[in-house]
Amino acid sequence: MSGGGEQWGALLPEGLLLLGAVAGLLVGLWTPQHRQARVRWVVTAACLAAAAVAAARLPGPGERVFDGVWVVDTTTGVVRVVVALAVPVLVWLAVPTLAGHPRETEAWVLMVLGGLGAVALAGAGDLLLLVAGYLLASVPLYALAGFAKDAPGVEAAMKYYLFGAFSGVLLLLGVAGLVLAGGAGGYEHLAGALPGASPALVAVGVLGVLAGVGFKAGAVPVHFWVPDVAAGTPPAVAAYLTTVPKIGAVAAAYRLVDEPLAGAPVDVPLVVAVVAAASMTLGNLAALAQTHLLRLLAYSTVSQVGYLFMVVAVAGRSALAPGALAVYLAGYAVTNVGAFAAVAAAPAARTITDWATAVGRHRWLVVSLVVCLLGLVGTPPTAVFVGKLAVFAAAWDGGLAWLVVLAAVNTVASLFYYLRWFAPAFAGVAAAPGVGEPGPGSGPRTAAGTAQRIRPGLPVGVLHAAAAGSLALGLAAGGWLAVVA
Amino acid sequence: MLLTVVIFMPLAVAAVLAAARGLPGRTASAVWVVASAVDLALVAWLWWRFEPGTGASGVVNGFASEVDLRWIPTVDAGYHVGADGLSLPLMALTGVLFLACAVYSLRETDRPRTYAALFLFLQTACLGTFAALDLILFFVFFDLTIVGMYFVIAGWGHGDARRSALTFFLYTFVGSLALLVGFIGLFLGSEPRTFDMVALAADPPLAGSPVAGGLVLLAIGLGLAVKTPLFPFHTWLPDAHTDAPATGSAVLAGVLLKLGTYGFVRIAMPILPEAWQRWATVVVVFGVVSVLWGALVALAQTDVKRMIAYTSVNHMGYVLLGLGAAGMVAAADEGARTVATVGAVYQMVSHGLLTGALFLLAGVLWSRGHTYAFDRWGGLARPAPLFAAALAVAAFGSLGLPGLSGFVAEFQVFTGALEAAPVATVIAVLGILVTAGLFLLALQRLLTGETTAPSPGRGPEPAGGGEGATAVRERTAVRVADLRAPELLAIVPLLALSVVLGLLPWVLLDVIEPAAAAVVELVGR
Repeated sequence: MSGGGEQWGALLPEGLLLLGAVAGLLVGLWTPQHRQARVRWVVTAACLAAAAVAAARLPGPGERVFDGVWVVDTTTGVVRVVVALAVPVLVWLAVPTLAGHPRETEAWVLMVLGGLGAVALAGAGDLLLLVAGYLLASVPLYALAGFAKDAPGVEAAMKYYLFGAFSGVLLLLGVAGLVLAGGAGGYEHLAGALPGASPALVAVGVLGVLAGVGFKAGAVPVHFWVPDVAAGTPPAVAAYLTTVPKIGAVAAAYRLVDEPLAGAPVDVPLVVAVVAAASMTLGNLAALAQTHLLRLLAYSTVSQVGYLFMVVAVAGRSALAPGALAVYLAGYAVTNVGAFAAVAAAPAARTITDWATAVGRHRWLVVSLVVCLLGLVGTPPTAVFVGKLAVFAAAWDGGLAWLVVLAAVNTVASLFYYLRWFAPAFAGVAAAPGVGEPGPGSGPRTAAGTAQRIRPGLPVGVLHAAAAGSLALGLAAGGWLAVVA
Repeated sequence: MLLTVVIFMPLAVAAVLAAARGLPGRTASAVWVVASAVDLALVAWLWWRFEPGTGASGVVNGFASEVDLRWIPTVDAGYHVGADGLSLPLMALTGVLFLACAVYSLRETDRPRTYAALFLFLQTACLGTFAALDLILFFVFFDLTIVGMYFVIAGWGHGDARRSALTFFLYTFVGSLALLVGFIGLFLGSEPRTFDMVALAADPPLAGSPVAGGLVLLAIGLGLAVKTPLFPFHTWLPDAHTDAPATGSAVLAGVLLKLGTYGFVRIAMPILPEAWQRWATVVVVFGVVSVLWGALVALAQTDVKRMIAYTSVNHMGYVLLGLGAAGMVAAADEGARTVATVGAVYQMVSHGLLTGALFLLAGVLWSRGHTYAFDRWGGLARPAPLFAAALAVAAFGSLGLPGLSGFVAEFQVFTGALEAAPVATVIAVLGILVTAGLFLLALQRLLTGETTAPSPGRGPEPAGGGEGATAVRERTAVRVADLRAPELLAIVPLLALSVVLGLLPWVLLDVIEPAAAAVVELVGR
């Protein structure tokens, strides 16, 4: 262990996030209830500073700090930037639901801490840090899921917590197995020790560790929490729970397969490929029948994790993999936040029909929704299209051509339910008269739809920004890839 | 640089139209016409300055207005566009058809501003697909055409438009994903890895690995066959056409179907020459089956628009016959194969003009009586002579009468293919007979006999008696309004161009031939 000063510098973004959380909490403690908005600004500033530092550090060479416990490389850098940008956006997206809440400050602080946990997952270079990151990315989120203290929220928090505890045990079991097999928890050490270890022990370890990160990512078969939690929480919180921890978890899985498990006497890529195939297929099949928007989006995120796990499966086996991961992670974050923002824009609308009624003649809202949903499908020129292209190429390059074909078939299936959402909305816009009275009463409308019209506000802004960001990131994918790959 | 302006000018105007909230509908339609006209003028300027070259030129060299910018350098995908003898005629066709649609829609009353913006967006997508010299760029524009057409059908269609639009989207999306998988295969098979079509055609990937080459061709062929559409992947087409608005159908059949056949000439043939040669027989078989199937099913239709839709399957079959014959290197000399390829490209342009005109004419029927059923119309030659004349010219052109463009195209396809695939060619000629029969039958049903027209439900022209769109046959005093000025101005130029191409084929042949020779040379490697 050499000079500590420089090593601390490598973790400056994480430090800024932590500082933001602590500062936000302290400011909140000494701020009267009606002025709590200033905490948001503190948190936002800290996150943006962390993103800026991380972005500046992004093109640099990879390094391992603190005895290889924390890895700072491109993958970590991408997660740092994406998470540090996503958290403030999600904070502001949640303002309409959480502002004025008696524990408003705590919500913002928990969101930052969860983000820090996601970054820790991504940067973990040691199994114990992985466990720590898992806990840090879980515990604040349990509280966040049940923040509203209403029945669905409590149920969501309960399910999330029980599942999290169960997966946490599996993760610990897996870590124990790998440590027993390899003799230590450091990834570098394990990469050398695992090839000669007992296959049975390694298999237990691999399955346990994958179950842990799979839970955070919401991958099949540990995805059951996703729809219930998404449906039981406000849209903004659901967006947070299905975006931030997933990014960290996928990056953690990528690093695990790439480094310690690369030479393991178990066919890890095949296991991951099967998880990917199951996630995308089951996620899509389950989403097909949903009429509840948040459940639909929840299953959509499960299938998206399937595509992301394709690149995990070929980690270290294709030169295209790191770039694919970087571009898909960023594209997924932007597009998924946009889709949830569309739900948040019409908070009273819970089903597809309600939403279509609620948006009424807001043409641009529908346009942005179409961009986001087609973005999730992977229609060019959005960010996820470039991501899918890169992921497909990487997976095929890594010898998983069958998975590419399956993913292509799944993409078509996913189109079906995304269309089910935006087609009625588009038809609603199309059927509305060009000039006419804006009030209700032109046709059968549900109570929920009429009660809550769209107000221009933060969710609408986030939706438009996400749609624009998805297009911009797709068109400027070359620049993004040039930095990260 | 000019080409880039040609591609993106419509999109820019579309953005302006979409943002201009209070713009009156008539103004929006006028802006659309002006934008399309300017774009067509730019294409004409491009054509004027284009040097076709002598001998084989195009596909791998000799591009006009070429631009190659870095986009995603890590996978060597770029913004690479250029015009050669294959793309230029189709870009010109796109410009002409979109202008015709703009003129036709001058009196559109249903959200004209959005409609115009959508069509301009679609025009950019179509032009971009034809101009693209990079697989990813091609795919981007190719997919955007699907999205644009989905909204045209879903938003402005009639009948069960939502369902038809969904079928169209899902079906062609399956095709486009197969295409994407194939493109990734080409990328991974190339050395050094690239998505650039020119580089791939110059140094074909997967040479010497017949299985991989065959599978990649299968993926690409599947994607393009859905779009073309070839039997048995054509089932989305009749529904989409029947429920689409007239202009949407004209663009769908006139331009969008060409994206499929164009993909065969531009991508499948030059980039996978080995596989194309090996599977040329299969291509020919699919072509001939489409010819016959399309013709026979069209014959059985009771709906004008469905009939025209099925003749598209028939006509695209001829294209595939010609392209397949061009791959039979052992069976025919280079001259014959070049003629077949030229004929195939000529057929794309000719079919675009004629089918565009036919669908617009079918749209006239809809606007007068809200039905396409044969048995609701009759004797239209008397009240609507202009309509009758236009329909007759279009039908005769489509069945391949000498003097019109369809003849030149089909003649060349047959001449070129006869040596390589004699049996298939003879069978395909039978298709012409069926087509001739069905078009004559259609003319007879619609134009001759006692004048019959559906009573106008919401039709713009009040005819004698009978409110409501029920099947009341009016035996006397039926009045059907003839073509109005915008309709006339949209349809007649298409037919005139078809006559010009039928009488002075060299105008187009001079441009196509060098590029077709280049394709044949590349396939023959």
